[in-house]
Amino acid sequence: MTRKAAALISGGLDSLLAAKVIQQQGIHVEGINFFTGFCVEGHTHAIRKKDKAKPKRNNALWVAEQLGIKLHIIDIVEGYKDIVINPKHGYGANLNPCLDCKIFMVQKAHEWIQKKGFDFLITGEVIGQRPMSQRKETMPIISDESGADDLLLRPLCAKNLPPTKAEIEGWVNRDELHGLSGRSRKPQMALAKQFGFEDYAQPAGGCCFLTDENYSVKLQDLWANRGEKKYDLDDIMLLKVGRHIRPEKSYKIIIAREEGENRFLSGYKKQFQSIKTISHAGPLALIEGAELNDEQIQLACAIIARFSKGKNEDSIELTFSRAGGEPQTKHVKPLAAHEIPESWYLV
Amino acid sequence: MAEQSQTVEVDARRLLCPMPVIRLQDAISELTIGDMVKITCTDPGVKSDIPAWCNINKHSLLNIEDQQYEIIITVRKENDD
Repeated sequence: MTRKAAALISGGLDSLLAAKVIQQQGIHVEGINFFTGFCVEGHTHAIRKKDKAKPKRNNALWVAEQLGIKLHIIDIVEGYKDIVINPKHGYGANLNPCLDCKIFMVQKAHEWIQKKGFDFLITGEVIGQRPMSQRKETMPIISDESGADDLLLRPLCAKNLPPTKAEIEGWVNRDELHGLSGRSRKPQMALAKQFGFEDYAQPAGGCCFLTDENYSVKLQDLWANRGEKKYDLDDIMLLKVGRHIRPEKSYKIIIAREEGENRFLSGYKKQFQSIKTISHAGPLALIEGAELNDEQIQLACAIIARFSKGKNEDSIELTFSRAGGEPQTKHVKPLAAHEIPESWYLV
Repeated sequence: MAEQSQTVEVDARRLLCPMPVIRLQDAISELTIGDMVKITCTDPGVKSDIPAWCNINKHSLLNIEDQQYEIIITVRKENDD
């Protein structure tokens, strides 16, 4: 009887190797990839023109192609909100709830294997690889709190952990698993070479925007100024785009930095107030927050004019539109750089 | 007489990868073998992601129509796995 395992596939090297190790033992492997809304992959490539030179691919799909396995991409955006807002085990250096995230994903994957009739679950975790979620002490916490218990096998560091059901039952040979530990990537690179993988995603400090300091600052600002820790998918997408300036607690300006961002933000004009420069080339900007009064519109226009080609002119023409509304023509003198306080910029 | 296959249209404009792939995956799961999905997207990433998804899940990629701002992709469901 062929046993079946589901592999959590992030698109990185470790999950690729973990799945390969188990495949080599004759196990049928299928991949699961979770979409949280905070995944770095794809989004900035899709939005920003300057990133277009880099090859565009989804690494999880690419890994599945290399392994010849099916990949199930699962949308967990709604359920994930509680993990981001109230992480039981707290945040890392930024707003990254890495341990709660891993527990949640393993829990969801465990539910999936029960529904689909798979025998066990594998991850690419390595003891000591990540300071918050991949430590010797956190491995049993993940297994216990996810409910996966001994159905969770970590092929790359299994020899450093107690045997799981797949090993005890003889579905996999423990001797052919690995005992990796620590932050060094050299053993994984050697294993990749052994398997003939020459092209794989290079680790770049995580695959999640929540590990990014600038992004976390903008998310904290959003929560602080709304007075509640909530977000929807549009909120977290817009935090990835543009220059963010908050002149007042009640509203924030999101200014496109280049053509790709202009195009992306234009898709939100029906939902947000927007400002566009007319007399000179310049950015599209969205206003996130309360409806602006006349004085605030003038100020917002003068700020946006600062980022146009007419920044040194005495007057430039822009249009201001309410959400989905008709454009109203405005004329303003662009603010000088020193007239926009540093404290208004959200890094 | 065999039932005629149907084509379902999916609007994935403004969605960034992998969301268009998730929309395609969900639409395919609701259909019977031989049915088609015509998905309209704006993220150019779908030009590599959807073919990759079709390849690993053994569905047929019938057409990619790359217009100025939109990409329209047609996929035929080939299995129930």
